[in-house]
Amino acid sequence: MTTTDNGVPATRRLILQGAGVVLLTGIGINSFNPVAVFAAANDKYPEDAFKQKGAADAIKSLYGRTAEPSDKVKLDAPEIAENGAVVPVSVSTTLTEVTSISFLASENPNALAAVYQIPPGTLPNVANRLKMAKTCDVIVIVEAGGKLYSATKEVKVTVGGCGG
Amino acid sequence: MASTIRVRAILSGETTEVQVLIQHPMDSGFVKDDKGETIPPHFIQQLTFEHDGRNVFVADWGAAVSKDPYVKFSFKGGNKGDDLKISWVDNKGGTDTTTAKIQ
Repeated sequence: MTTTDNGVPATRRLILQGAGVVLLTGIGINSFNPVAVFAAANDKYPEDAFKQKGAADAIKSLYGRTAEPSDKVKLDAPEIAENGAVVPVSVSTTLTEVTSISFLASENPNALAAVYQIPPGTLPNVANRLKMAKTCDVIVIVEAGGKLYSATKEVKVTVGGCGG
Repeated sequence: MASTIRVRAILSGETTEVQVLIQHPMDSGFVKDDKGETIPPHFIQQLTFEHDGRNVFVADWGAAVSKDPYVKFSFKGGNKGDDLKISWVDNKGGTDTTTAKIQ
């Protein structure tokens, strides 16, 4: 990897600018690419987002904005999960320019379960298995073209995944 | 020690489907053991898949991912016989790496 002497401060400035633009004015500014900047900032493990209790706070911590429901996001999860320790959840979407996909369970002690970074060339389809403390909504967030789209499905849990 | 990571990467057309199964307790920190003592959190935080010098998939995980985690994804650009490098690191600094061939 090659970097110039002023490469590091320039990048940092860009990240700060990008974050500011996204937070204050949303998207749609073409002078530079806030989406790419945000994605780069996300390469680090998002420790704070995983510590948030509620789903809304976790999404805000992770992306800095809110998601809108979309029927282009297809969330596949069981109606009833007999064992909350292993709930198979998968998502696929017809949206393009997907950069990340996140899974949340609204009533878990910490709502955010997993964040997947989707680089160009990787398909926006992910399957995984989550723990769920009790019956609640599974929320999936798809970040595509700098916007957030969500799908939600309630999963009834008969035996919680948090043990005693 | 045998690897904790089991991988299957199969090329179909131009898409490589990757399935991985990892042996890991994924303790959440909310569960008590038989003696009533809380089992401290111990879970994988980041799992990366590298092909041809770049990451094709990165998973950031919290404690709510199931024990012995499974994940499936697909990417374009792989060829039969290519190496796919998979590594994880957990919250205690534990780590494991393996390399699989695309079939």
